[in-house]
Amino acid sequence: MSAGSIPGLVAQLAVLAAAVLLAPMLSGWVNQCRAWLQNRSAPGLLQPYRVLTKLFNKEVVLAHNASPLFRSAPYVIFGCLALAAAIVPKVGTDLPLNAAADAIALVGLLALARLFIALAGMDIGTAFGTLGARREMLVGFLAEPALLMVLFTASLISHSTSLATIVQTLAHRELVIYPSMAFAGVAFTMVSLAENARIPIDNPSTHLELTMIHEAMVLEYSGRHLALIEWAASLKLFVYSCMGLALFFPFGVAERGDWVGLLVAMPVLAVKLAVGGFLLALIETLSAKMRIFRAPEFLATAFLLAVLAMLVHVLLEGG
Amino acid sequence: MLQHYGPQLINLFAAVLLLLSFAMLTQRRIMSLINLFAAQGLVLCLSTALVAWLTGQTHLYGSAALTLALKVVALPWILHMLIRRLNVKWDVETLINIPTMMLVGIVLVILAFNLALPISQLAGTVTRSTLGIALASVLLSFLMMITRSKAVPQVIGFLSMENGLFFAATGAVYGMPMVVELGVALDVLVGALILGIFMFQIRERFDSVDTRHLEKLKEH
Repeated sequence: MSAGSIPGLVAQLAVLAAAVLLAPMLSGWVNQCRAWLQNRSAPGLLQPYRVLTKLFNKEVVLAHNASPLFRSAPYVIFGCLALAAAIVPKVGTDLPLNAAADAIALVGLLALARLFIALAGMDIGTAFGTLGARREMLVGFLAEPALLMVLFTASLISHSTSLATIVQTLAHRELVIYPSMAFAGVAFTMVSLAENARIPIDNPSTHLELTMIHEAMVLEYSGRHLALIEWAASLKLFVYSCMGLALFFPFGVAERGDWVGLLVAMPVLAVKLAVGGFLLALIETLSAKMRIFRAPEFLATAFLLAVLAMLVHVLLEGG
Repeated sequence: MLQHYGPQLINLFAAVLLLLSFAMLTQRRIMSLINLFAAQGLVLCLSTALVAWLTGQTHLYGSAALTLALKVVALPWILHMLIRRLNVKWDVETLINIPTMMLVGIVLVILAFNLALPISQLAGTVTRSTLGIALASVLLSFLMMITRSKAVPQVIGFLSMENGLFFAATGAVYGMPMVVELGVALDVLVGALILGIFMFQIRERFDSVDTRHLEKLKEH
């Protein structure tokens, strides 16, 4: 199973299809856990699929002054995140697209999706859309350097910015405790909470408050456009979860040319995602939403921890 | 097995200690501040016990037990009692805003690491690389003391500084003689008690534990 061969390509496509189709289930699982923790009766695990089906069957309502950018943005965003979901190492490190999984390219891909969603938010010219877009860019410009620093810390350990090599290095060598990764882990958790519009920064389940960020930008979308954006949001959560697992818990990922390992890695990934999703729901239940002006402080802390991770790496792990 | 992972574990404890120092620096709530202080004591106790086990220095077990009794149980309890009596549970304001403080903090960490790097290259102990972190957490506690206006966080900063010094001693030379350690422990305990009484006096005088009021005590 070398990169570019037919079986490799088939495996890559199968993994991509599985990722895209199963990503909403992760969101469903997080919602379910959160409902349990809050003593509510939980929606089913398949609820996100029902929402998506409903939205795909509805007609699209467009504002009169919507530009082509507004109509095309959902497809671009979905495309970016599907590609990101494909290149993040999930079950194996030798799939054809894993060669493209450079840390900087991945962050760029996520930034492209963010740029389009912010532009689409401003396109109609409603107050809410513009407000949401500005807030999103504020969160984005603070979260991105922190994310890059986290990835660079992992790169310093494995001497490569390719995520596949990082996972290969971390997963298949004698267990070494990296104190720097503890810092990076905390920073990464904070960044992914902010990037996925989760509770300390944004509340994904509100449509009414003035504090919303993500929902404010997509208020004008309806029908299949909204379905694609919701699906892309699930994919984003999936991408961040997989990135976190790849960096901090890379165990169980298949080695090069290991077909059986690839099949074993799938249930392992599912279990890891289930545990991660539960922890996310726990964080969301235990913390309160911050004022928007506390968000820069929260993300500055994440950036600082990521920088500390690099410093600690230089001091303790011999650079 | 543990012999192999021991030094790595000590490094991990050192990193957690630094993380806790930063968490204390940026913490607004006074109750969380005390809990963080207790957590720092616990990490210190664990790392001291680990160094003792790795190097066979039995007197370090004594230090670990002392740390556990004093910094995880006694001092947090005294502090909790103090804030209950003083009724000062509200959030603590900092003199400069928190992002700026974090940036100053990171500069301090870089300074400490730079200072410690040449020293630790000369040392031959298992724990040599942790000296920079110990120095950094001393400086961070110092920063915390000078950027808080209320008396209780200042005291916590002082106690946390002692944690950093203790960690430096364990890391650099496998701990101080037992007599010195007992003396320091007693000093810290008595210091905390005296500062507690001092706080009551400040409140009696000014109806608040804001130490900025002390500037008014000039003779005219």
